[in-house]
Amino acid sequence: MGFPEPGIKKTEAILPGSYIHTVIEPPKGWAPLQLGELWKFRELLFFLTWRDIKVRYKQTALGAAWAILQPVLTMVIFSIVFGGLAKLPSEGIPYPIFTFTALLPWQLFAFALAESSNSLVGSQNLVSKVYFPRLVVPFSSVLAGVLDFAIAFVVLMGMMVFYHIRLTSLALLLPLFLLLTLASALAVGLWLSALNVKYRDIRYVVPFLTQFWMYATPIAYSSSLIPEKWRWLYSLNPMTGVVEGFRLAILGKSSLDLFSLGISASVVVLLLIGGLYYFKRMESSFADII
Amino acid sequence: MSDLAIRVEHLGKQYRLGGQQLRYATFREAILKTAGAPLRWLKGERRAQPTSFWALEDVSFEVKHGEAVGIIGRNGAGKSTLLKILSRITSPTRGRVDIYGRVGSLLEVGTGFHPELTGRENIFLNGAILGMTRREIMQKFDEIVAFAEIEKFLDTTVKYYSSGMYVRLAFAVAAHLEPEILVVDEVLAVGDAEFQKKCLGKMGDVAKEGRTVLFVSHNMGAIESLCEKSILIETGSISTMGISNDVVKNYLSSTYREVKIPLALRKDRQGTGKLIFDEINVNDSQIRNRSLQVDLSIYNQNKEEYKNVALSIVINDHLGRPLSNLINYIIDKPIFVGVHGVKVRITINNINLVPGTYSISPFISSDIQNGEIYDWVINAAYFDIPDYDYYHIGNTPYLKGETIYLDYIYETI
Repeated sequence: MGFPEPGIKKTEAILPGSYIHTVIEPPKGWAPLQLGELWKFRELLFFLTWRDIKVRYKQTALGAAWAILQPVLTMVIFSIVFGGLAKLPSEGIPYPIFTFTALLPWQLFAFALAESSNSLVGSQNLVSKVYFPRLVVPFSSVLAGVLDFAIAFVVLMGMMVFYHIRLTSLALLLPLFLLLTLASALAVGLWLSALNVKYRDIRYVVPFLTQFWMYATPIAYSSSLIPEKWRWLYSLNPMTGVVEGFRLAILGKSSLDLFSLGISASVVVLLLIGGLYYFKRMESSFADII
Repeated sequence: MSDLAIRVEHLGKQYRLGGQQLRYATFREAILKTAGAPLRWLKGERRAQPTSFWALEDVSFEVKHGEAVGIIGRNGAGKSTLLKILSRITSPTRGRVDIYGRVGSLLEVGTGFHPELTGRENIFLNGAILGMTRREIMQKFDEIVAFAEIEKFLDTTVKYYSSGMYVRLAFAVAAHLEPEILVVDEVLAVGDAEFQKKCLGKMGDVAKEGRTVLFVSHNMGAIESLCEKSILIETGSISTMGISNDVVKNYLSSTYREVKIPLALRKDRQGTGKLIFDEINVNDSQIRNRSLQVDLSIYNQNKEEYKNVALSIVINDHLGRPLSNLINYIIDKPIFVGVHGVKVRITINNINLVPGTYSISPFISSDIQNGEIYDWVINAAYFDIPDYDYYHIGNTPYLKGETIYLDYIYETI
């Protein structure tokens, strides 16, 4: 009876409970979101975001200066055309900083929207060869825009010093509005990226949509120009709340009212939840049709 | 059944045909179709069932922990679909899979490599994509670098790597993935012969360590040496399952049948098709005199003259191992293809292969290296070397796994 008993040890090691059990079944329509899975893949999310940032300005002569040039040049043009020639009112704030404050979240939004709607199709090789929650892809493209935003924000700080504008305690709201910007971009990006897998038309829709959207957002003008009775309709554009929110947080002055902000925020939440479910539903077929 | 790693039950995957149309579907089509639907319904047209096919049908099998299982079958039989379902890239249409353990899948070498990032950066990125944690990657970093033999170029952008270095690095990352269940698709078909050997060795280690491996390959030698058991998939269903040697034999006899299809009608070919092999004839009447003739007929599709083509035939043994490549180029014999094509006869003298079945794969391109491949048909024809008295000793030689006969003499000195 001096024999070792490997059998016992073996059963211990291979108890079914010691392995993660995965079940693979045909998809059943609207599936639960499983956002916990996204958390499990947070390192991948980090690496993909990091890759997007690292690669963005590779082989460009000006590099990250583009992050400053784009909003600054737009501001200059807007200041000349809308502030100088059209003399649009800017609520007593110098026009350049009035529009630049709005351009920051707008460019973040526009960039994140463009990148995320193209993200799945752009990651074709990943989607058809490796498993991971596909949500990681549009998520990371939205996050990658934050660095550009931060760089441009430094310019804004400089401008505030130049125009002698002091930050108030309202600036504490800034993270909230930043979050709302990202959520808006993600919400729309989720819909468009999933649709883009099937309908490549999206590629042509996005630039047009972005341009149209910009004029529907109070960037070059103030939302106080909109007649009171149409304000609710105007606020259905989530970026209205975001942009006016930024003005409030940074310049301390804005025509933002809680009602409009409420509408904008609700639209974002609805779009986001809808987008998440739609994305999840389409997810299982991505690899087949991409 | 506590040591079960994978249980597949009645698995099926349906694809719609005309996937191309589906893929490039536009809004306009979708809107027009939806808008026109009520009208068509009134007219009594019911929605036409889209033509579809089952890439996998009613597949069931089980794999225990520590088993290495080979999956073989012709191109398009459903092997890759099966692996994609097991690695959760695509979902099944029917059935159920239970997996016990962490799955790592390698369907391609270098997935997610970014040309603008350095070797070091790509190791981390690729590792994360394959499912490794940052800590795991850091622990194995030195090992990965050593395995890939790229120490000097670690901080060089990958786009400046040679293709060999690129593949070595990509495989090195993948090889250091340590899941409980490893799913591998034909990734060994890359790199030079020496690196392939290294990769196979690594795979062997993985199997020996008692981890579960599912391995798809066309390299029957690799399947037989790595996997004790194998599954043969034919047109979406399992046709044979069991000990690898038997399954491989079964598969090879089935590919033999495939050759009954006339060469001109074979679909499993590669190349641009400007020139096409439309006939191959193997004359083995003189095989007992160690001579074999292969006649190839090349059809010229677009009636242009080709002055100097590279033509070759590769001879493979029954395990798919290449034995010899007979290239017109090497023996300095230019071949001119006229507008009506050309017929070529290749005569092999001194055939010294042991009895068995061998295959011939013809290849034609504009240039032997990096040229435009016109046509390439793997296993276009087979020939048998019978048992015969090679050495003229009045008997067939005694064989025990050898592959060639050599002429030799013995003398005392």
